[in-house]
Amino acid sequence: MKRVAALVAALALIGVTTWLVWPSAPEVRAQDQRITVVDGPADDQRVELDTTFFPPPDGGKAPAVMLAHGFGGSKQSMRDQAVRLAQQGYAVLTWSARGFGRSTGQIALNSPDYEVKDVKQLIDWLAKRPEVRLDASGDPRVGIAGGSYGGAIALMAAAHDQRVDAIVPQITWSDLADALFPNAATSTAAGTGTNAGTGTNAGTGTNAGTGTNAATETGTSTDAGTGAGAGTGAGVGGAATSGVFKRMWAGIFFGQGVSLDATSLLGRREAAAGPVTEEQARCGRFLPAICDIYQQVAEDGRATPEAVALLRRSSPITVARQIKAPTLLIQGQRDSLFPLSHADANAKAIAAAGTPVSLAWFDGGHDGGNGEADWLFDQSAAWFARYLKGEGSGQAAPPVSAFTVTRDGGRDPGTRQRIRLHPEAASYPGLAGTGTTTVALNGPEQNIVNPPGGAPASISTVPGIGGLLGGQNTGGVSIDMPGQSAAFESGPLAAPLQLTGSPTVKIKVTGKGEATLFAKLYDVADDTQLPTLPAGLVAPVRVTIPEGAGSAEATVSLPAVDHRFAVGHRLRLVVTTTDMGFATPAQPAAFKVSLVSPAVSVPTVGTLAAAPTGVAWWVWAMPLSAVVIAAILLATGRTTSRSGRRPAGRGQSLPQATTDAPLLTPSANGTTHVVTADGTAHAASADGTAHIVTTDGTAHAASADGAADDASTVATANGAPGAAAANGTGDGGAGDGNETGNGRSTVDGESGVARSNGDGASSNGCGGAEVPLEISGLTKAYRNGELAVNDLSFRVERGQVLGLLGPNGAGKTTTMRMMMGLIRPDSGEIRIFGEQVTPGAPVLSRLGSFVEGPGFLPHLSGRDNIELYWAATGRPRADAHFEEALAIANLGKALDRATRTYSQGMRQRLAIAQAMLGLPDLLVLDEPTNGLDPPQIREMREVLKRYARDGRTVIVSSHMLAEVEQTCSHVVVMQRGRLVSAGPVSRLLSSAATVANGHGPRLEDVFLDLIGDKP
Amino acid sequence: MTAATGYAPNRTLPLRVEIVRQFKRRRTLGMFALLLALPWILVIAFQIGPQSSSQGQSALRMSDLATQSGLNFAAFVLSVSASFLLVVAVALFCGDTVASEANWSSLRYLLAAPIPRDRLLRQKLIVALGYSAAAVICLPLMGLLAGTLAFGWDDITVPGTGETIPALDVLPRFGIVIGYALVSQLVVAALAFLISTMTDSPLGAVGGAVGLWIVSTILQAVEALGVLREFLPTFWNTAWTDALMPELDWSGMVKGASVSVTYAAILIAVAFRRFRRKDVVS
Repeated sequence: MKRVAALVAALALIGVTTWLVWPSAPEVRAQDQRITVVDGPADDQRVELDTTFFPPPDGGKAPAVMLAHGFGGSKQSMRDQAVRLAQQGYAVLTWSARGFGRSTGQIALNSPDYEVKDVKQLIDWLAKRPEVRLDASGDPRVGIAGGSYGGAIALMAAAHDQRVDAIVPQITWSDLADALFPNAATSTAAGTGTNAGTGTNAGTGTNAGTGTNAATETGTSTDAGTGAGAGTGAGVGGAATSGVFKRMWAGIFFGQGVSLDATSLLGRREAAAGPVTEEQARCGRFLPAICDIYQQVAEDGRATPEAVALLRRSSPITVARQIKAPTLLIQGQRDSLFPLSHADANAKAIAAAGTPVSLAWFDGGHDGGNGEADWLFDQSAAWFARYLKGEGSGQAAPPVSAFTVTRDGGRDPGTRQRIRLHPEAASYPGLAGTGTTTVALNGPEQNIVNPPGGAPASISTVPGIGGLLGGQNTGGVSIDMPGQSAAFESGPLAAPLQLTGSPTVKIKVTGKGEATLFAKLYDVADDTQLPTLPAGLVAPVRVTIPEGAGSAEATVSLPAVDHRFAVGHRLRLVVTTTDMGFATPAQPAAFKVSLVSPAVSVPTVGTLAAAPTGVAWWVWAMPLSAVVIAAILLATGRTTSRSGRRPAGRGQSLPQATTDAPLLTPSANGTTHVVTADGTAHAASADGTAHIVTTDGTAHAASADGAADDASTVATANGAPGAAAANGTGDGGAGDGNETGNGRSTVDGESGVARSNGDGASSNGCGGAEVPLEISGLTKAYRNGELAVNDLSFRVERGQVLGLLGPNGAGKTTTMRMMMGLIRPDSGEIRIFGEQVTPGAPVLSRLGSFVEGPGFLPHLSGRDNIELYWAATGRPRADAHFEEALAIANLGKALDRATRTYSQGMRQRLAIAQAMLGLPDLLVLDEPTNGLDPPQIREMREVLKRYARDGRTVIVSSHMLAEVEQTCSHVVVMQRGRLVSAGPVSRLLSSAATVANGHGPRLEDVFLDLIGDKP
Repeated sequence: MTAATGYAPNRTLPLRVEIVRQFKRRRTLGMFALLLALPWILVIAFQIGPQSSSQGQSALRMSDLATQSGLNFAAFVLSVSASFLLVVAVALFCGDTVASEANWSSLRYLLAAPIPRDRLLRQKLIVALGYSAAAVICLPLMGLLAGTLAFGWDDITVPGTGETIPALDVLPRFGIVIGYALVSQLVVAALAFLISTMTDSPLGAVGGAVGLWIVSTILQAVEALGVLREFLPTFWNTAWTDALMPELDWSGMVKGASVSVTYAAILIAVAFRRFRRKDVVS
């Protein structure tokens, strides 16, 4: 118990210490600051920005990171991230952009004249801070990160201010005009010529990405005035004026009351401050110019050139080539507002200028999904560590790959939680992938109608709540209205198909005027499950059918996704006339839709390989270390050798014996027959134990020999004189030998017994091995410290029937258990035939025992019990002497009954029989006559006497003194763990005669006298 | 001559003897009878229960698929019993083995025979694990037999996705399932065995092992423990279902086996160490 308590205390101490010492994240302070900036086209508008500066907690000069919030957020949205970044050793600045939070000014959509100028002046401010590391005077080492609106300002600022050293824009746009007025079609009026980009695309079959890129750059350079650049395959930088108005998202984007904060990256939205004026109600905090244009386009759902020009001014794509800061673009796979194609366009434009760019497609976006916030933070931190702190910063930041895609890794086998894999590629392949798989689609030309008013509309993604409806990797509910959709389906896939990028398909639309269509590519598992629309994305298409042509062909770039089509699944292309998220014509119209070529080309990226996760290190380390620990546990737990135990035992027992001696002396009563315990002890200290019980010639000689071959040295000291005195004489002579000169006589052995040992000694030729039982200095304490056996020493010779007497609690049973190797002595030792008894010592095979009741398997018969017990000893069956043993048990037919049916006496007899199996040289019986009837007792007495007569030794403990008197040749009397008396029964009785009161001496009187209980 | 003639420590308590000693116990026979009868009880339950085939295939839980084929049924039988019945069975065989000897007082006679303590534990552990293994193996095998007779021999339908794997492909996988079930029960076995060496109440040993198992299962439900839960002994208990997926996924089973072996090795070592030094007073 004490050990357990100590262990618990130690563990608690370790725990508390670890808790205290464990390095906690450094405390980050926050300094709120209002910074006044001047911006506007003429640099005449004064705006107060609400900022918070987080100095690096470790002090010193650190690189700075500016965290820009999303649309509808404020600096508060970025606080948590700011603190985390600051803890990693950055100076962090968060601010509320103009028009948000407590900053003044109006929203100008990241215009170079407004927000970009603000950021430049914030960088100026940072350059003056003593905590910020400078690249040059006025040029701080600074990075910018942010999501959505904040991502765009990162790109815009990096383009306009070369002091920016690294940026991590997330889920942001490249072309705001395209985001709000997308058109995924490259329209080719049948038979007529077309622009270069499309020609390349269709004619040579090179990937769409190249086309996109070229077209984008063209669009960029010509920019606002023309606006209507060629339609492009990827749908970015395309002809926004012909795009389909992304009605719902635009409404949310411009509506002040709706938060864009679909992801935690963007933080939480703040409550609007103060009541809303009429102007605010109309335009919120937008610049009036922006407000007016929005209201105009929202009304007719068509982009005007002015609108496109204005949106382009806020689009990074127009300036992306100027970005020199290494850029990590993180875009959401579930984002119907700024789909992956925007990151693609940004990446291409930035990379074209030779700036390092990495892309990550993560699991989330404006349509929901924020489970990767930690991963995103780690990626951003790694990016900054590399480009702001520098490689030599000692920070082992894992390199960010050029292209990382988050994929569903199935469920974790243990947690059953979704796990995400992050396969990486060393280069970004673009939306056309590194390879293309063409999947044949079947379907006839189909009639579809645009319903009047555009209702009811099909549903792909409902902006803002897509994440709520959505399951994994789907946009949630996708519904196509009957009559409005044409479907083209592939056969079941023979092999899994991992789509990464933007698939393309060529359709032909027959009808009149302008067709507004929506193309989606479904994953169809089987008839029983709803088809899934990967990421819930849809490609809006506007095809103008030239007058008189009657039909037009268009190459449709389907939404860029990363999706795995499993074996047996089918691809289904659906073209609908309506979609809830977009503005569609109110006029009814009918079209025929067919495939120009009955196939969809699916881009794949073979180089994307999940980083080999391998097996967690502990999978191998843990069992191995466990095995090592187990081996150590076993190796160190070996039973201590006798050499280690003996000196301790002696050291303890000797002083104890000496000090204890007087205590027991009074019981001596001056009578000669009493051997007090102190006599024993003194003897032990003086000349060992051998003389204490009934030692005589042969025995001493045996001891002497034993000493010669490594028996106890204690015995040696005694053995020589003892042998000299008693050799050959036996009776009486031994008594002299044992007079230890302290005035008390030890009771001595009868010669008969000694003599019978003689043959044994000579036949063995090894003296120490001749003594059946020798106990010296035996001590055993109970758990509470009370001594159960206290410095017990005695010795039993061959042929003796020794009675072990003592009141309850005298330690008789404990002594017997120690003889059997069941209990380990605290000190002292037991030797059986010269061998020290340890648990399982082989010499125990010469010991037969019956202690504290029988032990049988209750479900087995008596015979099975006996036979299986013998089989368990592993000794030859012939050695068992079953017949003799079973005869002693005398169970008759009951022998074949289960032992649970036995009476106590039957069990008792069977147990004694079991103890006698193999006719052991030493038989130890504890209360053998318990539960026996008088005839059986008598029989047992004869059995024991007969047994000893054959040169074997029997030790019997009993309470029945009369029984002992009749059965035993010698007795050892114990009390409270100590030896009180030892010697032949006759000697004990005769010495008692002197105090006999009238009748003849009885063992009972002697016994009561010995234990001091005499009336 | 230190030992009796014919005595050799490494011949004591032969496995055969220990097997016989344990086999004739009602507890052993009863547990095997239960394990062998359970599949048939389930078959009857499925037969007399209302047929749910009209619901179509929308439900793809393991229990809904149980009647698809004998293989599905065997998987179902294993899934419903692995979490508790087999735990109890294993805990019974391993927890009872030493403690019951102590309870019957026969332990001291075995030790004084003498059977060296390490050897006694070793032989008893081997036999107890053997019985445990037999229990873990016989249940799904009987499930396979009963299921095949009742529902026919057919390909296995994977829960969740409804895909089918050819029956012959899945048979070796079934071997993996049973093998993993065995390994994952090692923890229970070792735990029960350790407690068995510490107490002389057989039911205490069994109950203690099952109780700790339940505690571990409860802790497993505490999401806040995060990744620590992976190191709970019960955590990977159901990882064998990965073996019946269209694509065999080892990762969970490897982790589960690792955790299981780790615990088992240490617990068993502690059992040996303690028992070696223990004062046998029962």
